[in-house]
Amino acid sequence: MQAASRLRGFMPGFASPTVGNRSLDRLLPWLLLPVFVISILPIARLAIEGVFVGGVPSADYIRDVLGSSTTWRATANSLYTAGLGTIISLLIGGAFAFLVALTDIRAKAVLVFCFMIPMMIPPQITALAWVQLTGPSSALLNALGMAPPMGSPQPFYSAEGIALLLGIQHASIVFLTLRANLRMLPREQIEAARLAGARGGRLWWQIILPLTSPGLIAGTAMAFVTALGNFGIPAMLGIPANYSTLPTLIYQKLAGFGPSVLGEVSVLAMLIGTIAILGVAVHHRLLGKRDYRLMGMVGRPLDIRLGARRTLVEAVLWTVLIAILVIPLMALVATALVPAFGVKLSLANYSFDAFYEVLFVQPSTIRAFHNSFMLSVGAAVTLVAVCLPLAYVIVRRPTRLTHMVNLLVEVPYALPGVVLAIACILLFIRIPVIDVSLYGTLAIIFVAYLARFLVIALRPVMNSFSQLDPALEEAAQACGAGLGRRLRDILLPLAAPSAAAGALLVFLTAFNELTVSALLWSAGNETLGVLIFNLDDSGDTVLASAVAVLVVLVVIALMSCFQLASRRLPKGVVPWQT
Amino acid sequence: MADINLSRITKSFGDYRAVNQVSLDIHDGEFVALLGPSGCGKTTLLRLLAGFEEPDQGVIALGGQAVADPANGVMINPEARNLGIVFQSYALWPHMSVARNVGYPLEVRGLGRAERDAKIAEALSIVALEPYADRSPTELSGGQRQRVALARCLVMEPRAVLLDEPLANLDVHLRETMQQAFLDFHRRTGATMIYVTHDQAEAMAMADRIAVMDKGRIRQVAAPETLYREPADHMVAGFVGAGAVLPIGDVSMRGTGRCSVRLGEAAIHARICHKAANNSDGQDLGLCLRPEDVWVDEAGTLRGSVEDCVYLGGRFRLQVRVDSDQILPVYATRRARIGETVGLVISDGWVFDRSEGEAA
Ligand SMILES: Nc1ncnc2c1ncn2[C@@H]1O[C@H](COP(=O)(O)OP(=O)(O)OP(=O)(O)O)[C@@H](O)[C@H]1O
Ligand SMILES: [Mg+2]
Repeated sequence: MQAASRLRGFMPGFASPTVGNRSLDRLLPWLLLPVFVISILPIARLAIEGVFVGGVPSADYIRDVLGSSTTWRATANSLYTAGLGTIISLLIGGAFAFLVALTDIRAKAVLVFCFMIPMMIPPQITALAWVQLTGPSSALLNALGMAPPMGSPQPFYSAEGIALLLGIQHASIVFLTLRANLRMLPREQIEAARLAGARGGRLWWQIILPLTSPGLIAGTAMAFVTALGNFGIPAMLGIPANYSTLPTLIYQKLAGFGPSVLGEVSVLAMLIGTIAILGVAVHHRLLGKRDYRLMGMVGRPLDIRLGARRTLVEAVLWTVLIAILVIPLMALVATALVPAFGVKLSLANYSFDAFYEVLFVQPSTIRAFHNSFMLSVGAAVTLVAVCLPLAYVIVRRPTRLTHMVNLLVEVPYALPGVVLAIACILLFIRIPVIDVSLYGTLAIIFVAYLARFLVIALRPVMNSFSQLDPALEEAAQACGAGLGRRLRDILLPLAAPSAAAGALLVFLTAFNELTVSALLWSAGNETLGVLIFNLDDSGDTVLASAVAVLVVLVVIALMSCFQLASRRLPKGVVPWQT
Repeated sequence: MADINLSRITKSFGDYRAVNQVSLDIHDGEFVALLGPSGCGKTTLLRLLAGFEEPDQGVIALGGQAVADPANGVMINPEARNLGIVFQSYALWPHMSVARNVGYPLEVRGLGRAERDAKIAEALSIVALEPYADRSPTELSGGQRQRVALARCLVMEPRAVLLDEPLANLDVHLRETMQQAFLDFHRRTGATMIYVTHDQAEAMAMADRIAVMDKGRIRQVAAPETLYREPADHMVAGFVGAGAVLPIGDVSMRGTGRCSVRLGEAAIHARICHKAANNSDGQDLGLCLRPEDVWVDEAGTLRGSVEDCVYLGGRFRLQVRVDSDQILPVYATRRARIGETVGLVISDGWVFDRSEGEAA
């Protein structure tokens, strides 16, 4: 009573906008509501399928699925391939990020630019390229006389093959997260360590690595969760070898159809979700113990001299890049240029017919480009706009609710796309209350993308918020800036590099995404991923490769536009620029 | 108008009480220094005032109105308190130019461009940084950054300015200039200033009153000269000023506020604090001697041997051992040999209660 009257008496003495700021402060937690609806409700809807049999609560599906040895073998396989793949991603992405951000190697921009490309090739196409490349009938190896003898096993049809490709595919995730983090490493802290006598390995192990551990941990967690839900690679490499992971097991269950499909898929989905949440919980536990907010000025990049070893390091980096980028890309281009699938490509018989066909004969290509572009740009922009305040709430105003949301947003990303698609269909085929159906429109794909990619946009921004010296925000607060202003004037520009990295990741992942839209598309609403898949599925591998090549070209063109605009954008927004 | 009143403020981090039952009244327009050793809770107290921390107990009032009162659920946001703060770590925004950093408070208040530019130019000229207006703060030296932070604080004409060791990174020369700039600013605007420092010379030179903190508590709040002449307890006596604090036992009163103390062969006439005067059993009393009250004089009854002699320019400072285990700092006009026996005359001293009770 007394407090209220004091407060009222007090306020007129102060600038009036504060009233609005205070209400914004209160409104902020409501942001969790749409996040909840879009990313958690569909999963909850699907979960219901697993615990009800014919409308009655029952543990039958759970017992059946968890009692089956196939489930546990697939789980073990998933953990093995995702775990090994994550280690490979960490090694490749981590090494690139550290070397590019901290040392004086040359041609950094080109290196980073090229490093982003493997991620944009759809996983199933990458897998196809590697299989074509390394098998006994490989065009390239045959030309070099190095092909294994006919009948020998394809080395990539194995757990390690799957892990290797998963690792290559997701190295850019580790790279981008870590690099955003390294950009904020103030030079003084490393210089202080060097003055203290830390040199070489000690500097890396004891100072740089611990200081960047939030980024390392975040990138690792994201790479793991992504690998866990990947379908394309284990499908192309595992199914021929009879090696199933959880996503391929779900796919096989769905293909088998039957009355219990939804229930069993739901239980398997919950299993993947649990593993993903456990992985993320470990990540939060690890991060929670460290509060490495970096004090001091950011923005001056470091240049540790490599000296005589520089040329060697550069040679290794470029070799790795050629192996993971140029070779699969060459295989893809070669397939797109053959006159007919199976014909041996030579200088005499290459043809651009496939490109002509997809660009000028089939209207669906342009439509798919248009749809995918709208969907991925829309998702990237929407998600960054949502994630800035959302990350703020989670990092600076933690409550039990935000902790829960923080873990649950991981689930739609970790689940195989098909499962998320089913969940979205179940929920949106007839939205309760307003009685509208989203099924058969682009909107349902858009909503599914928002759910799936939220976490990709969220993590880098959260990461950079938790690293900012809180005094930067407090100084603005003391200047009278309310929450909205602080977000806009201080936090947004400082988090812009991370937000841009997040947006770019969303865009690149969504642009030729296949597994979600595979179930959600309808005539006129096809995406690039669907188009490529359908062409490939109906035997038009050459046309599929042509579209894939076009996709890569378009993405490179878009990245070049960013490059040209980079001078007008805030520093660090374009991830491959130093 | 903008009196600041802290009443029994407590703030704990876990089990550790960083600020413990602190009460402090600061009048409008006063310049108060918070002085204390590292880790004593100065920054925490400042952050409580600014509103970045919420007290566990107690009431903080600005201009008579509670801005933090956990018992009644009152907590006004920092942005609504109109207090300027200069951070220990500068807290400049690396993505804005120096001018924009300085002008940001005005931008938030919605001032027009022309007015803003004029005020920015004025603030930058006070800190002598006009040529750097268009630079990025990352391209400035540590001292220059601190001055930008000061300018940003000055430009908003806050009801009170909170400064957390603002001059710690500046060179001696610049430090004096900046001290003068603070005092000028203070006189011109009449703003209340709360100035955190662990440099007592700085505190003495600038503040109207000094609050000495130790382990989360305020030990004494007084004008610099009072603090120097009449420290309330052992911690303050030892922390403020170069002087000796000697344990004594034998005190006889000589009228109100004066007494006679035996030190070796000599009887010293000293002032005595009220609390110590009532402490009739003479336990736990201490004698604080300042070097300017002690002379070298062969007629002196107190004898001691010279341990050290340093030339300070114009005079010498001797360390003289008396009574085998006590060392007195003494100013002298001539050089003394190490080991030489000298006679001392003590013209004044201050007797206080050494027991670590509730601070005065
Ligand atoms: N956020 C925090 N969490 C836990 N302990 C804290 C926190 N902030 C301060 N402390 C502790 O409270 C005590 C007082 O800290 P404070 O920063 O106020 O010291 P200070 O007087 O400003 O010291 P200095 O002169 O070195 O700046 C210290 O022991 C510090 O370790
Ligand atoms: Mg401090």
